[in-house]
This record gives sequence, structure tokens and C-alpha cells, in this order.
Amino acid sequence: MAALWTPSLLLSACLLGCLGLTPLTELPQPHNQPTSLGFNSSDGSLFVDVPMALRVFSVDYHHVQAPFEIVLWIMLASLAKLGFHWSGRVPAVVPESCLLIMVGLLVGGVIYGVRHSAPPTLSADAFFLFLLPPIVLDAGYFLPGRLFFENLGTILWYAVLGTLWNVLGIGLSLYGVCVLAQSSLGDVSLLHCLLFGSLIAAVDPVAVLSVFQEMHVNEQLHILVFGESLLNDAVTVVLYKLFESFLRLPSVSGLDVLLGGCRVVVVGLGGLFVGLFFGLVAALTSRFTSRAQVIAPLFVFLYSYLSYLTSEMLHLSGIMAIVTCAVTMKQYVEANVSERSNTSIQYFLKMWSSVSETLIFIFLGVSTIQDVHMWSWPFVCSTLLLCLVWRATGVLLLTAVVNKLRRNAVTFRDQFIIAYGGLRGAICFSLVFLIDDFPKKRLFITTTIVVILFTVFVQGMTIKPLVELLDVKRKKRALPTVSEEIHSRLIDLLLAGIEDVVGYWGQHYWKDKFEQFNRKYLRRFLIREDHQARSSILRVYQELERREQRGDEEAPPPLVDPRSHSRPLLPEEMDSIRRILSRNLQNFNNKQTPAYSRHTLHQDATIDKTRRPLHIQQSLGYTYNTITHWSQVMNASKHTVCSISPRPTLQDSSVPAASAQAGPVDPKSSAAREDQVSPQHQVPVGRAPKKQLSFVLENEKQQ
Amino acid sequence: MGSSSSSMDHIPNAEELMQETGFSAAHLLRLYERFEFLDKDQTGELRPEDFGAIGGLALNPIGDRIISAFFSPGQETVDFPSFVRVLAHFRPNGTNRTRNGTQQEPVNSRTRKLKFAFQLYDQDRDGKISRAELLQVLRAMLGIQVTEEQLQSIAERAIQEADLDRDDAISFDEFKKVQQVSPHPQTPTKETPLHPTEGGR
Repeated sequence: MAALWTPSLLLSACLLGCLGLTPLTELPQPHNQPTSLGFNSSDGSLFVDVPMALRVFSVDYHHVQAPFEIVLWIMLASLAKLGFHWSGRVPAVVPESCLLIMVGLLVGGVIYGVRHSAPPTLSADAFFLFLLPPIVLDAGYFLPGRLFFENLGTILWYAVLGTLWNVLGIGLSLYGVCVLAQSSLGDVSLLHCLLFGSLIAAVDPVAVLSVFQEMHVNEQLHILVFGESLLNDAVTVVLYKLFESFLRLPSVSGLDVLLGGCRVVVVGLGGLFVGLFFGLVAALTSRFTSRAQVIAPLFVFLYSYLSYLTSEMLHLSGIMAIVTCAVTMKQYVEANVSERSNTSIQYFLKMWSSVSETLIFIFLGVSTIQDVHMWSWPFVCSTLLLCLVWRATGVLLLTAVVNKLRRNAVTFRDQFIIAYGGLRGAICFSLVFLIDDFPKKRLFITTTIVVILFTVFVQGMTIKPLVELLDVKRKKRALPTVSEEIHSRLIDLLLAGIEDVVGYWGQHYWKDKFEQFNRKYLRRFLIREDHQARSSILRVYQELERREQRGDEEAPPPLVDPRSHSRPLLPEEMDSIRRILSRNLQNFNNKQTPAYSRHTLHQDATIDKTRRPLHIQQSLGYTYNTITHWSQVMNASKHTVCSISPRPTLQDSSVPAASAQAGPVDPKSSAAREDQVSPQHQVPVGRAPKKQLSFVLENEKQQ
Repeated sequence: MGSSSSSMDHIPNAEELMQETGFSAAHLLRLYERFEFLDKDQTGELRPEDFGAIGGLALNPIGDRIISAFFSPGQETVDFPSFVRVLAHFRPNGTNRTRNGTQQEPVNSRTRKLKFAFQLYDQDRDGKISRAELLQVLRAMLGIQVTEEQLQSIAERAIQEADLDRDDAISFDEFKKVQQVSPHPQTPTKETPLHPTEGGR
């Protein structure tokens, strides 16, 4: 679809023309201060010069300049994104971030060519206050909670220790390089190197997300890399500010270093608590939005943004605050708020984060076109090399330790992806601009840009082929037979089941405690009365429907075709069988689908959990007792809603306490249920039953 | 987690159980506490509903089979010794202790594990996995994404590979033979939760 490139390019060119044709006079800006985004000052407006008469037609650009330019940039970003998705095979090879940076380079070059001065750069304030929060909020809201908390120890391990390792390693080695190259780099002090190390070592969530989008890794790996990139913000920010304040101090004592260590903890935990507070308040507010459903989504955004701003104000970790806020309020808000509001929230989050990300990458490209770059071969090359080396060794060492404590070991392939997928992005870029001025600041800026471009382009583009290479190499050793595949998956499931039976003390102990606390206090307080019961009944009803449908499917005896007994299977059939098995059987433990998707609303991700076929106790034959028991429960209409204690999650609620009265089995409803049992395989989760249920509930409500 | 000596008295036949299964005292205590936790109405025995209340098990495609594996055929309840005996199959390998030097096969040997897995397929306990039983398991594991014909052909292929005596069913020996080439079906790290020193991870 290369043909569609041309119109989008043409449109972009028109937009650029508008940008370029803005009045050419601008106040000269000192280079050291980042010029703010697109805010050119101009002398006056253009008028059609008709002296002394009524102006029929006039152009007053000055009046609308600021919003107009902002809109133009956003429009450019969105059109570029559209063009990217229509461009056929390109997305498979080149990640979106690379293309966007290239567009940015192009635009920057055009602007430079037209104006002969540096194009507007990304101001740190605009980035941190406006562009970063939507992305992090989106990531936090769609974070797969259970997976995240299961791997929290590992993630923290990588984030805190790994970042420390990287920062100190890179900083010290760079200082060594500077000492070695005394002639050109002699005036870069140790503290400067450490400062630079602290900002260049941080893995960037935006870049990581955009690359992992196209790479289908399993959930666990995804959450490890992504969680690390989110949580290392605390460490990065603290170290950066620490070294910066050290630079301003006349001397640094051991006490200062110790205080710095305390600061890390304070910043991280402080951000966490701020986020928790705002999350709970948001959940509570959403409880009362039933009469003004349209503004319910607004509260989600406002509270999250407020948490971010508050923690930034207190010099705490804003990213941690907003992520915590999102994670906290999600379950309560989803229960409290109507379906449509939920969809709106999700959609808006996706939209804003998408636009934000696109803008960031484009501006990265634009800002690369600068007037003055300072280049130094040893510094730049050694930085690149050191980043890779230190990250690789850090990941290897940390994983060796952490594998002993983990249930699912982090394999070598995973380690490679973690190490190689540590992309740097716009956070480094903004941080480097905020450094106080010193002679070699330009060098730092140039190096940062080079590192970012290198990681995004080279690492971003090659990580997918490399991973496939690694996979293929291992696969060639032996193709397992079908029986082995089936059996190994069975063993996986069996072990998972046994672990569930035994009760996994390390993690689930606290999880169970939290769930109890959640159920007893938080949910009662934060979720609307009638919504508590409805959600659980709805889920149980769906579960029953599904059980019935599964029961029906197994009823017709499988027709064994005696002819097929002796027919050997063709290799194509063998391959297709293998493909089916690996695709489907892996879905339980090692999901290949990304838990977080940038471009689509993964509705399946949340609904899937309730849709998985549930085979509880079918072979034991007492299902029918349960069903009739439940039908009694359902039909004791008025009393049903109140008497069932809230059972929040599907996981805990397979058999509720026998609190229902024994009413007569209503023949009408069970007959109606039978009608809806669909005979075909491809089972939709019954939409008809849902309607019936809501009808029943509505009846109850009207009483 | 509380003094072990007093609580061990609650466990009937603790010494014998420890010998038979190879669990240590601390392990046994943990399992007993778990048993009591699962036993919601404190009858001293577990029923299928108690197992059903376990969260992750409900979502497990073969969850019901695992549950039924705990119950001997015909029994409605599981008492603590039976509970422990079943779990002993999955005891971590490192702590094999044969107290009285008997030469019997350790409870958690590979064969015993395979036998356990075999019973998951073989629901009617006739010692063979028939085509129908294999189909049931496949249907449970593969869910609804696979059509009936594909399921049939997968089951067909599996039986072809394993069935050596051409009786259209897989006996335990054939099952073992097929699994000879596959790696050991469990990893020690998975069993670390049974290790008594864990508080958190």
C-alpha cells in the first residue's frame, strides 16, 4: 500500500508548510535553555492592507497561534501513525518508534531548511508534565495485576539493583575513559560521569512498550521488562537528583551518600502512598457516580493526574504514584461504573497514550536537528559499548541469583531479551536537557541522542529476528512427538493444580490475606451496594451456563471411525497438529499473547478469564446437584440478592456458602436455560442468558 | 509459624505418615494446616466442594480430574492421611529418606508420578487409556478453539505413536515407554513451596 504513503506525506508537507510559513521573525533564544514547544513569538498579525476601510477579510494568526501549532503537531503525529499502519509490510520489519523518529527527523530537517535555525525542541517540562503521564497511566491501568504481583520480587530486584549496577558501572567506567582520554575529555569530572550514567542507564517504558508490541513474548517476560522499566524510575530520578545536588555542593561526605540512599526509599514509597491515597479516593468517588455517569471517566483521569502532579510537587516518584493509583482504583471503578463508562475510560486512555507516544518519538527526531552538536568519538563509542556490556552482565548476574528463588526460571532466551530489550528513550533525553550548564553539556546531549537512536533503531529492529534465531536453533534439536507434547502440557497443568491444592505459602499467603481484607472492608466501602451482588451473581450464572454447555458437548459419544485407525497421517497433517497443540496448549501457563496491547482494546484479556471452560467436578457427577441448588437460589427472587455474601472474584466463588433458602425448583427457568444451551461447538458466552439475568434483576429492582 | 510439637499431636499417626511418605515434620505440619484451611466445616475430611473452592484449580482445565485423583474410587471424602499420600508423589526429590532401610521404591519416584498422571487420563481405572478418554482430556485442555475433527486426528496420532500392541488403547507400560524420551516431568524448583523455611519469596 505504498500508494497511501503519498497522500499522507503530502498532507504532512502541507502542515509543514503552514508551520514554516509562520512569521519568520522570532526572538533569538539562547541555546542552552530549551526552547519551548512551538511557542514562537511573532511580531504581529498579517492583515490585508486596506487602509481606512472596513476589513472584509483578515487573518489573525497571532490570536490562535499557540493552540493552532499544538494541534498541527498532534495532527502530524496522528497522520504519521495512520500512514504507518497502512504501509503494508513495513510494520513487520521496522518498529513504529523508528518510523516516527524518522518522520521527526524529516520534519526537523524541513523546518531547519526553511528557517535556518533550530526547530523547536522538546521541553523537559512539556514532556514530564503533559506527554509522559498519559502513557504511564495507560500502562498502569492495563497492567495485568496478578502477574505483576506474582513477579514483584523479581521486578524489584531488576529495577533497583539492576539500575544501581548499571548506573555505577557506566558512570565509573566512563570516568575511566575520560581519564584515559585526558586531552579531549579531561574536564569531565567523576560526578558528571555519574550523573550521566544515572540518566543513560534507565530503561524507558515508552520505548520498551513500543518495541515489545510487535514482538510476541510470553506474559511473564513482558511483565518483567515492562515492570522493571516502570519501577526503575524511582531509582533513576533519585540518583539523578542526588548527583545533581552533589554537583552543587562544595564537597560530598559519606553522610550525604547515606542520605541519598534513604532518599531512594522515601521517593519510592512516597510515590506509592500518594498513588494509593488518590486511588482509594477515586474509587470512593466513583461509587457515587451512578446519577451522572457521563463524567465518571473524568474522575479516573483527574485523580490519576492529580496523584502524578502531587508527587512531582513533593519530589517523589510520579511514575510510581500514577501506576499505583491506576492499579488501585481499577477494580473498584470497574465494578462501580457502567459498561459504557468503562469502555470510554479504556478508549480514552489508549487514545491519549497513543498520541503522547507518537508525539514523543516525533519530537525526538525533530530535536536531533540541532545547531550545535559536540562530537567525541571515544566518549560516544564507549558509552554505547558500556551500556550494552553493563546491562548484559547485570542481567546475567541478577538472574543467576534470582532463579534460585523463583518458581519459573528465567530462561536464557528471556535473559537475552531482557538485556537486549533495554531501550532508552525520551526520559533520558529530557533529563539530559535539565543538567546545569557546563562546558561539556553539548557532548552529553549528543551522546544521549546517539544512544537513544542506536537502541531504538538497531536494537529495536534486530531484536525480533535475533529472538527468532535463538528459538529456531533450539527447536531444531528434536521435534517432540504429539504424545509428548500432550503429556508435557498435562504435567504442567497437573503441577499447577497441585500447587494450588497445597497452597503456595510464599506468595499466596499474603495474597489471601489481602483478598480477605479486600473483601471484608475495601469492597464493602468502595463499591456500590447493588453492584456487589450483581457482579457475583452474573458471573456464577455465566459459569453455570458454560458448565451446562460443556456437559452437552460431551454427551454425544465421539464417533470413532474405524477406517481412520490404520491410515497413517500425512506430514502436513502432522505439522498442523503440532501447530494446533503448541498454539493452544501453551495458553495456560506461557501465554503467547501480550497482556498489554497499544493499539487495541484487549477486551478479551479481561473477559477471557471468565470465559475459560470450567470443568469443575463434572466427572464427580454432583454438578447437577449444584445446578439445581443454584436454580433454587436464583429463583428465590427477592431474597437472593441480599443473602449471598459478596464473592468478588470468580476464582474464589465456585461454590458459595450454602446461604440460600431451599425454594422449589422453578421449572420455567430451568426449561428456559435448556433452550439456550447451544448445540454447536463454537460457544459464545451466552448473551441471551445475560439478557435474561438482567431482566430478572430488573424485576427485582422494581419491587 | 507456631510451635510444631504441640500441633503435631493433632495429626493422627504422624510418625507413620512421615515414614511412609518421606515428608519431614515441618512439611507435614504445613500440609495439616492447609488441610484444615481447606476443610471449611471442620469435619476432619475433605469433600469435593472443598477442593472446588480453591481458586486456581477452578480455572485449571484438568482441575476436576486432579480433584478426583485425590478420592479413591467409591469414596466421597478424603481424610488427612490419604491427602498426604497423594501429595507425597510430588515431594521434592532432595529429601528422600528411607527410615527403615526398606528397598521399596520411593513414593515420589518417576514411575509413581507417571502412574499418577496416567490415572488422570484413565478415569474409569481400567488400566488403559482408551481413545474416548484421550479425547476427553484433549477436549478439556484444548478448549473450544479446536474442531472435533482436529481433536480426533490428534488423538489418533497420539494413539498411533504409543499403542504398540494394537489394542486401540494405551496401557501403562506403553505410556511409560513413550515418555522415556521426554525430560523428567517436574522441576525441583516448583516444589520449593513445600520447603519449610519460606516465609516470603
